[in-house]
Amino acid sequence: MARLELVGLSKRYGDQYAVREASLRVEQGELVVLLGPSGCGKTTTLRMIAGFVEATAGRVLLGDRDVTRLPPYRRNTGMVFQGYALFPHLTAADNVAFGLEMRRVPAADRRRRIDEVLRLVRLEGLAGRLPRQLSGGQQQRVALARALVIEPDVLLLDEPLSNLDAKLRQEVRVEIRQLQRRLGITTVMVTHDQEEALTMADRLVVMSHGEIQQVGTQRDLYERPRNRFVAGFVGRTNFFAGTLDASGVFRTDGGLTIRCGAGGPGRRLLVLRPEKIAIGHAPPGDVSNSHPGTVEFASYLGAVTEYHVRLASGETVMVQSANQVVGAGGEMALGARVHVAWPAEACLVMADGEPDARPVSGRP
Amino acid sequence: MGGAAPDRRWLGRAALGAIVAAGYAVIVAPLVFVSWLAFFRNEVVSFPPEGYTLRWFGNILDQNNFVDGFFTSLQVGLVAMAAGLAIGIPASVAVARRRFRGRETVNTLLLLPLVVPGVVAGAAIYVFQVEVEVATALPLVAAFPGLVLAHVMITIPWTVRLVTASLTGLDPSTEEAAMNLGAGPVTTFFRVTLPTVRPGIVAAALFSFIVSFGNLEMTLFLIGPGRTTLPIAILQYLEWRIDPTIAAVSFLQIGLIGGAMLLTDRYVKLAKVI
Repeated sequence: MARLELVGLSKRYGDQYAVREASLRVEQGELVVLLGPSGCGKTTTLRMIAGFVEATAGRVLLGDRDVTRLPPYRRNTGMVFQGYALFPHLTAADNVAFGLEMRRVPAADRRRRIDEVLRLVRLEGLAGRLPRQLSGGQQQRVALARALVIEPDVLLLDEPLSNLDAKLRQEVRVEIRQLQRRLGITTVMVTHDQEEALTMADRLVVMSHGEIQQVGTQRDLYERPRNRFVAGFVGRTNFFAGTLDASGVFRTDGGLTIRCGAGGPGRRLLVLRPEKIAIGHAPPGDVSNSHPGTVEFASYLGAVTEYHVRLASGETVMVQSANQVVGAGGEMALGARVHVAWPAEACLVMADGEPDARPVSGRP
Repeated sequence: MGGAAPDRRWLGRAALGAIVAAGYAVIVAPLVFVSWLAFFRNEVVSFPPEGYTLRWFGNILDQNNFVDGFFTSLQVGLVAMAAGLAIGIPASVAVARRRFRGRETVNTLLLLPLVVPGVVAGAAIYVFQVEVEVATALPLVAAFPGLVLAHVMITIPWTVRLVTASLTGLDPSTEEAAMNLGAGPVTTFFRVTLPTVRPGIVAAALFSFIVSFGNLEMTLFLIGPGRTTLPIAILQYLEWRIDPTIAAVSFLQIGLIGGAMLLTDRYVKLAKVI
């Protein structure tokens, strides 16, 4: 187990970058999730760490070793593949034994470690089964055991839950996370599933168009997105394009005036999370921003109700309101005249006019 | 409409059954008749049987041609099968797994012997061997090595086709998993790739042997005095006699190949590979 560091890692096919200058440090025992839409370069990055894809430029450091030019079988990474990639002709126990045999671990020691790891993933009774005689969840655990038993420097998970059904996915998510914490194993996981990423990661790496957009905790990404892509990708949000003046007043292109505190004046993009906006029949007192409007759309989502409110300026804001005690007068009818309000601190102002995928920084 | 539907369905099922039965009859009838004929007492193959006897089986052993031919065919078949696998398996790996210029062409070339008529191939190989022998004094014409080389050529397409099919069905990430766990390319090939395509290899071995063992047209050009294969021995016998001996030989051959297939099927489900 060790620290993993990527330094300016790039992969180019012709003049197209699959991954461009990715830099990242994963601390000993940390679980970092690479998150992004398909084609964003997250899988290529993982495969460069494993050694299946050769880097065009940059370095992969594992502990004190520079493994950039090493073949996969000299790197000591443990990978769980999306389709598990179990050896179909070997039993669960023999699948797990494979890596130990390659490391010439003596037979007695091998048996002990196989028993131990199978117990760890709760497969004790199924050691003699062939992969085709196991359920999807069981196969997944064999793949995990096979990767863990070699005590890899880093555990690599490639969409490990995508082939499981929804209920099982919830369980396995927790299981993998607990196991990873208990073993203190440095882990990099790739997924396109936001919820999975948010629940499992210590830190997340949001990628788009081959570039790292932002690295940070769940809270960092949600509360302080670096750019439009991250703000739009993580959670739901309102965007307003407009100009900010020196006194901290933002004028949207639609004509709405929003007070949002200090910031450099100029063309800006205003990001406003829907749950930070209050909605009510009467205008609230003493809030920086309060606007009248009409409910155009309401969608009951259980814990919250989502409203789309058309303002006098013609713009629409999305509002999420927590559903508290029934009968507390929380619900707004379609067409109701309402007031929406939010404090200046709820506004997040960022540079505008950038393409969606503009990189900001590779380091937290 | 509601009342008519069940009747029609019954009709459809009956028609399907009839077609399937007819198909099986066409395939099985010759095998059944040849096997039956092998036991007739008639001196000349004719119908109906005048009685039954086993003497034709005894007669086979009196015909040196049949016994020699059988052993020649067996030797040629086994050597051609082994050589075909030795060449065909690496070729399949290259065609199925590597990306290189001319890959499609190589694949077509490897399968080409399947579509060249045996007589054409036999004549061409004969002329080629004569030319090579004249030029180099290597004993090829009407000799065992020449015969085996020609048979290797017809076994290669079977190996390539069956092994390539198995390789295409193998998830490449299992090979990556092996490397991830510390296996180099050679170990990965022998410990993971080869075992998972084993059914394809077994089927390839079986069909290579059958194709070589039963080949007549091409082999006709390549045998010499004192060296015949079993199919040619049968043909030569047929030129002078038409007693049920050849039916008895065919019966044994059907039994041998059928037995080999059944035995193979116990270890590898052939229906899955072909």
